[in-house]
Order: sequence, then structure tokens, then C-alpha cells
Amino acid sequence: MNTKNTETPKNWSLEALEDGRMVLNMGPSHPAMHGIVRVLLTVQGERVIDSDVEIGYLHRGFEKTCENVTYNQCVPYTDRLNYVSPFINNVGFALAVEKLMGLETPPRCWYIRVIMSELSRLTDHLTCIGANAMELAAFTVYFYLINAREALYRLTDSAAGGRVTPAYTRVGGLTRDLPADFKRDTAEVFKTVRRNLDDADKLLTRNRIFYDRLHNIGRISKEDAVSLSFTGPALRSTGVGLDVRRTAPYLVYDRFDFDIPVGSNGDNYDRYLVRMEEMKQSMRIVEQALAQLPDGPVNHPDFNVTLPPKEDVYGNIEALMAHFKLTFEGVKPPKGEVYQAVEGGNGELGFYIVSDGTGRPWRVRVRAPCFALTGGLSQMIKGGYIADIISTFGQINMIGGELER
Amino acid sequence: MTGRLLETLKARFPDDVLQTHAFRGDETVLLKKEALLKAAVFLKDELGFDFLMDLTAADYLPREPRFELVCHFYSSKHNYRLRLKCPVAGADARVDSLTPLWAGANWFEREAYDMYGIKFDGHPDLRRILMYDGFEGHPLRKDYPLKKRQPRTPHRE
Repeated sequence: MNTKNTETPKNWSLEALEDGRMVLNMGPSHPAMHGIVRVLLTVQGERVIDSDVEIGYLHRGFEKTCENVTYNQCVPYTDRLNYVSPFINNVGFALAVEKLMGLETPPRCWYIRVIMSELSRLTDHLTCIGANAMELAAFTVYFYLINAREALYRLTDSAAGGRVTPAYTRVGGLTRDLPADFKRDTAEVFKTVRRNLDDADKLLTRNRIFYDRLHNIGRISKEDAVSLSFTGPALRSTGVGLDVRRTAPYLVYDRFDFDIPVGSNGDNYDRYLVRMEEMKQSMRIVEQALAQLPDGPVNHPDFNVTLPPKEDVYGNIEALMAHFKLTFEGVKPPKGEVYQAVEGGNGELGFYIVSDGTGRPWRVRVRAPCFALTGGLSQMIKGGYIADIISTFGQINMIGGELER
Repeated sequence: MTGRLLETLKARFPDDVLQTHAFRGDETVLLKKEALLKAAVFLKDELGFDFLMDLTAADYLPREPRFELVCHFYSSKHNYRLRLKCPVAGADARVDSLTPLWAGANWFEREAYDMYGIKFDGHPDLRRILMYDGFEGHPLRKDYPLKKRQPRTPHRE
């Protein structure tokens, strides 16, 4: 075996600079970097002096792919953006296309979309806090929270038929209605979630070790957060109470009573607290939505938008033609462009869609919340310890699928 | 307030505003690219648009100017949104960078550069972000083939 070749690529070496500084490579295969982010650190002892965050390991060309398929064929791709809260992506995309078409779905559809979005927000925050706690060595909490997440996945699975990749929405409606005993199941699942959240709360919130690892770490000021286009829990932890559900209520968010928790310190501990409280608020919203849930259809009645029922497809020629045209050519929004924002787990998830009047989008752009957050990572870890990168990076809740699309 | 914002911008930059519209309620201004920076300063300092929510581009290939730079601004004070677009010619595509005004523009512009090849004057660190160094072309351009492969290491026989 040839062992002569000892020269390593330049940027993979531990390079010592003058006055004791050192260049250290962290990731992409570092366990806390989720396998897809690489941070090149310039450190002095244990302190981070400078850093360069490198992404792109999970780029799949989502936007390019969407330009070449019909609108409804984009929906399964949106699952894979933020894969721990897929319903929010589905809903955001469907709302954007519906806005482009000037289309309104039936009221029952609005409520179901809200319910699914909030269940997704729960799974998103549970994963974030669970994984973050695990990375800081609180492994028990991870199992409690993942247990709650699994119960929620089973619940959403019963409605959508998919655990992580549900592809639940269609332009103008949903793939199917909720199952018959969804209300009862939700009440059962929420008991588990509340119990597990209480456990995690008791284990973490006033835990000295956890507190010290998060408090005053990864601090960012209100002004910097705004300038860096932060949204979601990371922005709210600095005290800016912006939430798309409140500032531009889409669907029926204006009909529910819920609070937007804000922090004051802009550090990791505040982000943790904001997420914990948001989960309780999400459960409140789901309970109110289930209580108000109206009967009726879930799909838009127009067969140029949603697929006709199978009996009609096999029974009459108009429905057969509509089915054929919709499957092959897809819905055809008029020429124009829209931007639709929804509140994702990490912040504002925006879809900018340009239509040229054909069945395929001319341009689909996803404004991914954690793209801006990861862009601010360098600033948040500057001056801190190397070990603190773990808690800051965890509380950013970087989700590769949405970061790099 | 509907329409007033667009009127204000038209009155302030009469020579630079090419077109305005409000399709589906999204107020949009099409602006000459030379005026981008001063319009952004005006929006940020005088109209209270404190967030640069998104910055991206779009390619309208057969048309000239080929590219459009698309910025979405949000004002948390007024809870208002505005889309600002600048046509950018395909040959020597470059516009002014918004990084002096919003730190968040840094990564957004790097992505627009990576995907479309639009250069941003005044950007502190303009290099690829999603694709790797040595990647040829800009994948979101309409003339970049969908199925083109550029493996980093050649396939083994």
C-alpha cells in the first residue's frame, strides 16, 4: 500500500497561524453539524475568533426541478424542504398557488390545514429541543420528546398516509379528509405530548447544567437579528414579536385565541423557552380548530382545479376529460407573480411563484427561514467557546432540506 | 394605504420607476437597476422597511433584459410588504449589493450569484454558496440543461 502520500488537502489541515491562532475544521461529518454543514473556525485556545460557514452538501435543485413539473407534482418535493414539519411546506405552497389563481378553498379545508400546520410545528419544535438536549448530553429528554413526536407522526399519518413525507395538500384542497375518529385520537395524543413535555420541562428548564450551556450563549441583539433577516423563534427570542400568523393571518388563524411568546435576551435559553411555550400554544390552536371544525367538502368544486371523484371519471366524459387534462397538463394559473408567507417552524417560509400561464411554474423560489438563520451563525458564535457552537447551532434548528433546497 | 406606497415611490423616483402593479395584492415596483441602492436607502430609512425578507432573481431567457432581481421588503412597523424588481441585462449582469444596508443580503446575494451568475458590486465576499468551487455554469439559468451532470470526481469504469 502506498503510504508515501501524506499531503492532505490544504483546507483539511490544522493550520497554525501566527500569535497562537489556529484554523480548525468542524464538519460536515461532525455529529452535531447534522452531516451537512461545515464550519471553518479560527480559534485562539478555546475561543472562536472568526468562522466561515460552508453549506451546499444537500443541494438537490428543488427550484430547478419545480420549473419542470406541474404545480401538483411540486407538492411531494415541498415535503422534503423542512422534513420535520412537512405540512407547513405543503400548506405554504398550496396557498401560494391558490393566491396566484385567485382561488378559495372550502372552510373545512382551511381548518384542516391549520390543524396539520400546528401539529407540524409541534413535531418541529420537539425535534429541535430533543436533538439539542441530546447534543448537550441530556439523552433522556431526547427519548421523551421523540416519543411525543412519534405519537404525533402516527396521528398525522392516520390522516395523510405518510409519516414524514405526507404530500397532503393539493392545489385547491387536500388529498383526503380527516379520518373519522381524528378528534378522539388527537385528544389521546395530546395527553402523551403534554406528559412528555412536562417531563422535559422538569428535566431541562431549571437544570443547572442545561441552563449554563444555553444562557447568554449565542446572543444576538434585536437590531442585528432584524438586519440579518431573522424570523421565527430566533427573532422572537430577541423581543420582536413578529409572527406571520398574527401579522398577516392566513387561513383562519384570526379566529383562534393564542399567544406569541417573546424572549428578552436573544440567547439560546430564550429560544428554548420560546419554543417550549409555542408548543403549548400550538396545542391550544389545534383544540380550538377541532372544536370549530365545520362539515362540508375539503376540495374546490371546480374540476379544472381538483380531480373529479372516481365515479364521475368512470361515469361521464366531462369528468374523464377533466381528469386527463389535470393529470397531464396540470392546473394553469394566469400569468403573474405572487409571494405567500406562512409561519414555519423556524420562521417565515415564503413561496415566490412566477407563472407564465402554462401548467408548469416559470419560477419557484423558497424563502427558507433557516437560510437567513444559518447566515447569521458566524456572528452568533463569534467570541464564544467551541463547545457553545453546539447549543447555538442546535437552537438555530438548521434543517438541511430547507436550507439548501 | 393600498396604492399610496406605489405613488410615493413614483413621485420620489419619477425617472427610475419603470412600472408598478399590484397583482393579487402584492405591490410591486419595477425599477432601473441603477436606482436600486438609493431606492433601498429610501425604503429603509424613510418608509420604515426594516426587513429584507428575501432577495432572489429570475431568468426570462428569450427576453432582454434577461434577468430580474427580485427583493421582498417587509416593514414591521407598518406591517407592510413591497416587492422591488430590477431588470438586469444578460451580458455582464451586475447590480449593486444591498449588504451595506442589510447584513442578511450577504447570503441571499451569494445564492443569486451562484444560481444565476449575477454579480453584486460591493459585496464583501461574493463566491458560490450551494454549488462547489469549480462548478461550471449557473444551474437556475433557463439555458442550463436540467439533466446536466458535473460529478466532482469522474465515474469509475
